[in-house]
Amino acid sequence: MLLSAVFTVAGSSFAFGQQVDFARDVEPILRTNCRGCHGERQQMSGLRLDHPEAALKGAYSGPVIKPGNSAGSRLIQVVSGEGKVKMPPAGPGLKAEQVATLRRWIDQGAVWPATQPLASAAPAKVSHWSYQAIRRPAAPAVKNSQTVRNPIDSFVVARLEQEQIAPSPEADRTMLLRRVSLDLIGLPPTPAEVDEFVSDKRPDAYERVVDRLLRSPHYGEKWARHWLDLARYADSDGYEKDLPRPTAWRWRQWVIDALNRDEPFDQFTIDQIAGDLLPNATVEQKVATGFHRNSLTNREGGIDREQLRIEQAVDRTNTVGSVWLGLTVGCAQCHDHKYDRISQKEYYQFFAFFSPAEDSEVEAPLAGELGPYLKALGEYQQKRRELIKEYGVEPLQQEWEPKVIEASRNQGKYGGDWDLAWTVLWNDERKILFKQPLERTQKETDKLTDHFLEWYSAVVSKQRYADLKFKELREKLAKLREAHPPLTEASAIADMPSPPKAHVLIRGDFQNPGIEVEPNVLAVLNPFQAGPKPNRLDLAKWIVSKDNPLTARVAVNRMWQSFFERGLVATPSDFGTQGDRPSHPELLDWLAAEFQESGWSVKHMHRLIVESATYRQSSQSRQDLETRDSDNRLLARQSRIRLEAELVRDAALSVSGLMEPSIGGPSIRPPQPAGLTNLGYGNFIKWPESTGRDRYRRGLYIFFQRTVPYPQLMMFDAPDSNVSCPKRERSTTPLQALNLLNDPVFFEAAQAMAAGLLRADFKTDAHRLDYAFRLALGRDPVPLEKDRMLSYLELQRGRLRNEPKLAASLFSGQVEGSSSADLGVWVALSRAILNLDEFLTRE
Amino acid sequence: MDPRHFLEIQSRRDFFRRYGIGTAALAHLMASEGRTAETAVDPLIPKPPHFAPKAKNVIFMFMEGAPSQVDLFDPKPGLKKWNGSPLPESMTKDLRLAFIKPTAKVMASPRVFTPAGKCGMELSDFLPNLATCADDICLVRSMFTDAFNHHPGQLLLMTGSIQFGRPSAGAWISYGLGSESRNLPGFVVLSSGSGTSGGASNWGNGFLPSVYQGVVFRSQGDPVPYLSNPAGVDTKLQRESLDLIRDLNQTHHDKAGDNEIASRIASYELAFRMQSAAPELLDFSKESQSTLDMYGVGKEPTNAYATNCLLARRMVERGVRFVQVMHASWDHHSELNKGLKKNCLATDQPAAALIRDLKQRGLLDSTLVVWGGEFGRTPMVEIRRPGEEGNEGRDHHPLAYSMWLAGGGIKGGQVVGTTDDLGFNVAEDKVHVHDLQATMLHCLGFDHKRLTYLHQGRNFRLTDVAGEVVKKMLV
Repeated sequence: MLLSAVFTVAGSSFAFGQQVDFARDVEPILRTNCRGCHGERQQMSGLRLDHPEAALKGAYSGPVIKPGNSAGSRLIQVVSGEGKVKMPPAGPGLKAEQVATLRRWIDQGAVWPATQPLASAAPAKVSHWSYQAIRRPAAPAVKNSQTVRNPIDSFVVARLEQEQIAPSPEADRTMLLRRVSLDLIGLPPTPAEVDEFVSDKRPDAYERVVDRLLRSPHYGEKWARHWLDLARYADSDGYEKDLPRPTAWRWRQWVIDALNRDEPFDQFTIDQIAGDLLPNATVEQKVATGFHRNSLTNREGGIDREQLRIEQAVDRTNTVGSVWLGLTVGCAQCHDHKYDRISQKEYYQFFAFFSPAEDSEVEAPLAGELGPYLKALGEYQQKRRELIKEYGVEPLQQEWEPKVIEASRNQGKYGGDWDLAWTVLWNDERKILFKQPLERTQKETDKLTDHFLEWYSAVVSKQRYADLKFKELREKLAKLREAHPPLTEASAIADMPSPPKAHVLIRGDFQNPGIEVEPNVLAVLNPFQAGPKPNRLDLAKWIVSKDNPLTARVAVNRMWQSFFERGLVATPSDFGTQGDRPSHPELLDWLAAEFQESGWSVKHMHRLIVESATYRQSSQSRQDLETRDSDNRLLARQSRIRLEAELVRDAALSVSGLMEPSIGGPSIRPPQPAGLTNLGYGNFIKWPESTGRDRYRRGLYIFFQRTVPYPQLMMFDAPDSNVSCPKRERSTTPLQALNLLNDPVFFEAAQAMAAGLLRADFKTDAHRLDYAFRLALGRDPVPLEKDRMLSYLELQRGRLRNEPKLAASLFSGQVEGSSSADLGVWVALSRAILNLDEFLTRE
Repeated sequence: MDPRHFLEIQSRRDFFRRYGIGTAALAHLMASEGRTAETAVDPLIPKPPHFAPKAKNVIFMFMEGAPSQVDLFDPKPGLKKWNGSPLPESMTKDLRLAFIKPTAKVMASPRVFTPAGKCGMELSDFLPNLATCADDICLVRSMFTDAFNHHPGQLLLMTGSIQFGRPSAGAWISYGLGSESRNLPGFVVLSSGSGTSGGASNWGNGFLPSVYQGVVFRSQGDPVPYLSNPAGVDTKLQRESLDLIRDLNQTHHDKAGDNEIASRIASYELAFRMQSAAPELLDFSKESQSTLDMYGVGKEPTNAYATNCLLARRMVERGVRFVQVMHASWDHHSELNKGLKKNCLATDQPAAALIRDLKQRGLLDSTLVVWGGEFGRTPMVEIRRPGEEGNEGRDHHPLAYSMWLAGGGIKGGQVVGTTDDLGFNVAEDKVHVHDLQATMLHCLGFDHKRLTYLHQGRNFRLTDVAGEVVKKMLV
């Protein structure tokens, strides 16, 4: 060992043992090889090698220089290439004698002569547009002021005038009504609404429609769905087991309600990010934190709970960063952000707001629920106790509990089965187990017993478990529960009383913690005002501070995208340096300022946008724009937008008269092809079809099973809900055609539409056709269309008269005064209408 | 003319030829200029890869749940020697396991391994059929991965990342190569057994356009959801209704001028053709009895997996780019012998038949076949319910496991990599799942570092930021 050391340095310029001089020998090595990435301008992995104080402090992973101990110094390990990581990462690396010099320098005490104290580096001003404060610009003057209805139009028209492009004329009234109805409430207008609007000659007829739509309770449903996309909402855990989340919908209902009552966006934000931390938080504010519970949960048997905790906090960090700030903060999870000024340390400071959170189930009764629940509670508990006694549960559980506790402390003591019994206890159940029985609430006691009844099977033989008939007992208990009035619960979060410290995780690995960090915001944005122990609530307030340059811009841009298909910034969740530049920067700022100054009223902004002339333009394509502005960034016309998956369903149910219009409530499972859920893990996933009116509820209520989503949603580009989705795709595929043509849900809609058309009194087929078109598309057919449909009707009627069997299978019911052939013909025609591109499109 | 413009028109022409679009829409599109027309162009149009490929199609036999390599592919006499004793502490330091403790005892495999083929590859007695194909397959005994829970492991194998939101291998390859099939989806998923842990994210499109997502063909009911017409709608009525829909859409297209309407028209025509192509695909009546017997179609316990393997061949013949054939589950924490035997009886014959069948039809050279799971299983025993006969199993093991490949670009009749005496760690030629993915893409003519997609300001790829082509595996 010693010999080799002598030989290694023999070629160097010093004799063995010579004192290393920092300035002469070491500094040049660091300067040439390290400081590009670890210097004044950049400190990758938090390491800075141009100043003694910083250098000795080390990197995110901890000190890299241990004076007197070169072998134990990470610096030497990486430059010598001994470890996994080699530095510098590219090029030939340090020469052997250079490594030897560094070794000796460290062994001799790493003497680094003092220099100027390290100035606390004030973050350099970043010139990127989205980090600049929001200022309300004056609306520009335009030449043709006739095309201006509100300031939005001034910005758009001014730009068009620069390009010498004329805006498009206003869409005709039927198209306009269908557009604004679909955009605000997600449902097409009824023929009566069309008639009313077309014949309303008052100057504010359109504004009255907008009023009506903004007041409709369906408004909250339509806009909740956009928020659900961002929030990665689903009704199941995801991952292997993908267990259902029976209370997830309660948060969805909160969103619908909040949007309907136009809860100001700043409060909407605070409630969801940190409602639980508000002084005297209401139940609804706790329910709002369910936003965070949309993180996936891996309940695979062997999952490491600490890993899961970290992964969920990471998911929440990334989601909040992307949804509110429009930043890809997640890129800094493993390393400093490559493009935006977010260091890895800052990432974990941001993460530290979320890492103290744990799941919290709260009672969140709906109106009218509490009374009946409380009234029946005593009887329910009595019956439950009796059942549990009857099956002799208590003595076995009393024996089981301490053994599981012992197994958790002393793994292997009772063998693998008892270890397993501990492994399969979920976090909340573990907490209950460690409480003394008398300290447990009734709910907790019941929960642990329910777990015991299921998992006692792990520690006894199959025969013994069968003899105990616990399966039967569990079924009886479930039935008992169903027979009693429920009390709705919600999934919320709360901070742990004494949470573990947060650390920088080296390369994002939870097993490799580096330096400890405290909660803090991103330095590149507005200053943070908080006490000595900042928490999520401080974060939420910082996000909605009027000084925050991103929140309002990101939010209004998302609105714009919903109304025009493309945001003013085309990358709605990336306002960083790699993101798109705004097409109309001043308009974006004007909208952002207006949003803040309106008291963060979402409905106010929606009204402004849909009342603008820009929004009301025709969506007719224009030859002159195809080369000059094919993406329609300049907004010289509206866009045709294919309806979202849920709205395709809603439109079919609504025009056919089948739709169940009730708002809120638990998720539903419409019919889907048999056997589809077999694709889920271990055939565990069940799809008990909803019955009665529930089958006809709107698309946003469809139970979202993450591993086996409802096919119609996926075919029409609904997000997979594993990560936040800022923008849906609009694909056009043959599978969509098959879905609309052949799915029993849509066929039933065609049948119901036909029956409705035949029940109404029309003199001729032609009149009936007019009405059918108005029902589905809001307009009358043009003669060409009408002729084509009449000839189809005639052709099919002739055929169905001769083939009564075929007619009967198209429609098995009866409508007074209509022949079977008539019914069949109108089913076929309605089906065709429900498949038209125009029906699926907001024009 | 700008050559790019020419290509665009060519691809548009081809698109309309393929989809038989109405001539008026075609004329309008051909007359239109600029990028609006691009959206109407088929995103699945066949595209060339980076360099001349060896393989054109992929059949990925995904064995969900992690098959036990020490009982199937990697004979370890060392396990006999250590049977019943814990591993040396040096090996188990910092070891993470899902269920068992690092002190768990080593369990020898009861299986008998014998050399197979000219190459003498040692395979388990549970794989007698695969043994007859030994000279065609490249067995990799040195696979390893980073995840030791199922779904993260599956995501890593299938999408290159344990994070959600990344496209699956099939989606990447459809994106890179398009599809040769006119009437079938380019990426099809088949499943047998008990369902997978990961579900849809194992064949998802991630941030790629959703046309690249895997389409699940089911074994019961309609192979594709909603393929059959509703009661009362026969083919004649379907055709005449589609004609009506087309004409009305066409009229509206002439008015609104949106090329998306032309795409919609085309999609309905393709749907109609799919309605006849899919049943034809599933109709085995023209397959010879000897072919059906070779796979084990119509017989238990092979029928389900055999049907899927035969379907995979028929899909490849019809131009489907990527077929993901899954079988679940191989997650044998207990009753390993019983479970492994059951799965092998169900899948060994069909898998071997697929190789033989592809070979005899001259398709093996252009089809890359991959077989394996998300990780392997421990050399140590896992015991649940001690004392019950035969309930021993093995836990999850990401550090060393086996997969095999065959066909286009792969050098058969060889074993790549070795593990240590206990099969615990890789000893030579480590192959990470990213290396496997890089190698698969290489066989298809892609430099894995260049098959990228811009998302959130960054170019993403299947192999994340890693992956080396394993040259030893290639011809």
